[in-house]
Amino acid sequence: MRRSLLFLPGNNPAILNNADVFDCDCVIFDLEDAVSIDEKDAARSLVVQALKTFEHTKIERLVRLNGVDTSLFQADLAALLEAKPDGLMIPKATVETITSVNQQIDALDAHSSILLFPLVESPKGILEVQTIAILPRVKGILFGGEDFAQSMQIERTKEGWEIFTARSLVAMACKAANIDAFDTPFTDTFDEVGLRKDALLAKQLGMSGKACIHPNQIAVVQAVFSPSEQAIFQARRIVKAFEEHQKQNKGVFSLDGKMVDKPIYERAKHLLEEARQLGLWRESDEK
Amino acid sequence: MKNSLSRDILDHQKPFVSVHDYQNHPHQTIAKKVKTEHVVFVYTIEELMRHLNLKNGMCFSFHHHLRSGDQVINTVCNELIKQNLADLTIAPSSIFPTYHGLYDLIRNRQVKTIHTNYLNGPIATLINQKYLSDYLYMHTHGGRARAIEWGEIAIDVAFLATPAVDKQGNGTGREGKNACGTLGYAISDLEYAKTVVLVTDTILDRLQAVDFDASYVDYVLVLDSIGEAEGIVSGTTKLTRDPVGLKIASQTVALLDELGMITPHFSMQTGAGGISLAVTEFVKQRMIQNKITARFASGGITKSYVEMLEAGLVEALYDVQCFDLDAALSVKNNANHHAMSASEYANPYHPNPIVNDLDFVILGATEIDLDFNVNVTTDSFGKIIGGSGGHADTAAGAKVAIITTQLIRSRLPIIKKRLTTITTPGDSIDILVCERGIAINPKRQDLIQRLQGSNLPLFSMEDLYHLQHQLTGIPKELPHKEPIIGFVIYRDGSVLDTLYQY
Amino acid sequence: MKRSYCGSFASCDCFVEITEASTCTYTIDSVVDVFFHDQIEQVIVNVLHEFNHPLIHVKLTDKGAFDYSIEARLRTALERYYHET
Repeated sequence: MRRSLLFLPGNNPAILNNADVFDCDCVIFDLEDAVSIDEKDAARSLVVQALKTFEHTKIERLVRLNGVDTSLFQADLAALLEAKPDGLMIPKATVETITSVNQQIDALDAHSSILLFPLVESPKGILEVQTIAILPRVKGILFGGEDFAQSMQIERTKEGWEIFTARSLVAMACKAANIDAFDTPFTDTFDEVGLRKDALLAKQLGMSGKACIHPNQIAVVQAVFSPSEQAIFQARRIVKAFEEHQKQNKGVFSLDGKMVDKPIYERAKHLLEEARQLGLWRESDEK
Repeated sequence: MKNSLSRDILDHQKPFVSVHDYQNHPHQTIAKKVKTEHVVFVYTIEELMRHLNLKNGMCFSFHHHLRSGDQVINTVCNELIKQNLADLTIAPSSIFPTYHGLYDLIRNRQVKTIHTNYLNGPIATLINQKYLSDYLYMHTHGGRARAIEWGEIAIDVAFLATPAVDKQGNGTGREGKNACGTLGYAISDLEYAKTVVLVTDTILDRLQAVDFDASYVDYVLVLDSIGEAEGIVSGTTKLTRDPVGLKIASQTVALLDELGMITPHFSMQTGAGGISLAVTEFVKQRMIQNKITARFASGGITKSYVEMLEAGLVEALYDVQCFDLDAALSVKNNANHHAMSASEYANPYHPNPIVNDLDFVILGATEIDLDFNVNVTTDSFGKIIGGSGGHADTAAGAKVAIITTQLIRSRLPIIKKRLTTITTPGDSIDILVCERGIAINPKRQDLIQRLQGSNLPLFSMEDLYHLQHQLTGIPKELPHKEPIIGFVIYRDGSVLDTLYQY
Repeated sequence: MKRSYCGSFASCDCFVEITEASTCTYTIDSVVDVFFHDQIEQVIVNVLHEFNHPLIHVKLTDKGAFDYSIEARLRTALERYYHET
């Protein structure tokens, strides 16, 4: 499950040494915005060496490369394909840029199993997001709210109405393509209450995870995007009740005054499976 | 010869046997001071010295409650330099880098022996260079009190900085222009030194509370100033902002929760480091969330604990030293903020020391080994950077002693096969919490049982040992140089380890 | 004189300075030298070997970097050195 994705500046050895300490699901080693133009080569080299050295069994390793239209991209891509992270995050993603990335990967290493995580952060990207979501290698899309607002020439707010539609489009496109949808980071690292509200909204819209820009955001984000104790309890009741009704050949029934049909049962089972993967529920709990 | 932890000590010394060995030996105090003369008030250090008639080979003691702001020790040491005294034993309860007078005295090779509980900075460097003609003895807070009460540290004159004194010669730390709060480390000195001098800058008609009873006092020296109150806040840290430190702190509190240690009427003590302060903050949040009050918190008291007392989260504070002016003010004004002596706090021979009543204590470490022995005296380069203070005392007394530390500091791994110096024996240390996991001392099967099925990242110490080396590489062993520069003395007076020149 | 550098003096990082020389040499100044000198030296030796012992002097100032960071900083400093015209 990819609930939290932590951006780590690629040129900082002290931070890279601790990449797997923060209990997030994914780390994004950043070669783009977190690295000054003079140090792009140093960061690339450092991230490559870090990937080759650390085993990182419990986290998924992604790298945000520099933009496809920059002179840095080709060197980034060549170096990172060799270092084999789990995935590459491509900024300023559009159909054109992701298609180009796929072509370049095919040219360098056609058998590469590397995944792509487009960062959709422009109006064009948002309008193309349904197509981006079904391109080869794409396994999740991160919505970049700050750059999107800048392109739109609008102001970002904590309420987020200005990015509401964009978020929804990303969530729908990803759901339709059966891939992950990640929400834009919450930029106020001191506002825990605001972070939770923002994460809950993203979840409500159907996103499956959220990017973080500081380790102290991870606990809140993981909690929001994990099935809650209450939700697990309810799911267990639904599954149990449905399967018992099935044995008696009854289809639809009512639980707590609400109708329970197959789709609701499937959703409950899906939630229990997520919970199982996270170690929050075991089948043996049912005995 | 080797002691029970296989550390080399001198043949004639009493070797460390075990944490509880003190129970096999009787309490053997010398007589408390009995005085017949009135208290004599003097107004210059020269006048005092004429009365005292100091000689070579004497032992002088000081407390460190004015911390970096202390001027008493400097004033007295400058006098000792002037008088050209030699072969002196100096016993300050801690030594701060601002003790320039003591630095000069040592550099003049006038000092034979030092007894202290905490030391770092330029004076540590001098001692490392063998400027003492005998040795440095590093004690615990409880052990120093015991040693004084048993006459092992036989004090000729105790020079006690006393923020306020009344006309009868009673003294207090809670009032005066340089009030510092409690004077816990000075009580044994007061009661057992041959001659006691209170050094003050404030004479009052009445004292609200008496910390030093006049029946022990021989002289009162009145100066313009005994130091600066702002110096009291020095040497303390702020709550850590570092995400790794915060993770360690929150893991520690999750662990305390699972062990059922944050329950109504629990008792706690935390150290003064950045991670410990974060632990206190997170424990406080849990207490507020679950409406739990603690029976007491103890040790060096900070503003953070004062706030908990005032909010009713903690019923009482037992204070052996005030780390800031908020604490000093609170001990003066709040009846539930109790001063305690070092003996009441941590002397193993005291009938009921506070450390024995602790449910848990959170401590730091520079090194830890596979047997859970801990070093807080030297760094991995052999340089003296601290000392036990209350570390070995609280570890021995508390039901659960937890070490919180980063696993790796600037490529140096914390877990060693063999410590540079042992400060606290592993039998009194129960748990290590670092950012990569938690290790429980195998001798605590009860805690291991309690954590069965837990989601916490539990490892053996061996696992963490190998994990750290995968990251840093395996460091070479550092050879020490003879000569010996001192010893680590356990709270019962036995020799735990030797300090070498590095 | 031709010169390049990479890295920083922050804790856990290292600073590599490369200057033109008549032979291939290196110096190591590390805060953890007494513990990890051999490992640090091995990293430098391996990389210089891979680059065929260029005529340079490598000056390494280390603040407790792991081997991978030393290697990365050295490689980048070398690339920068070769890039300089």
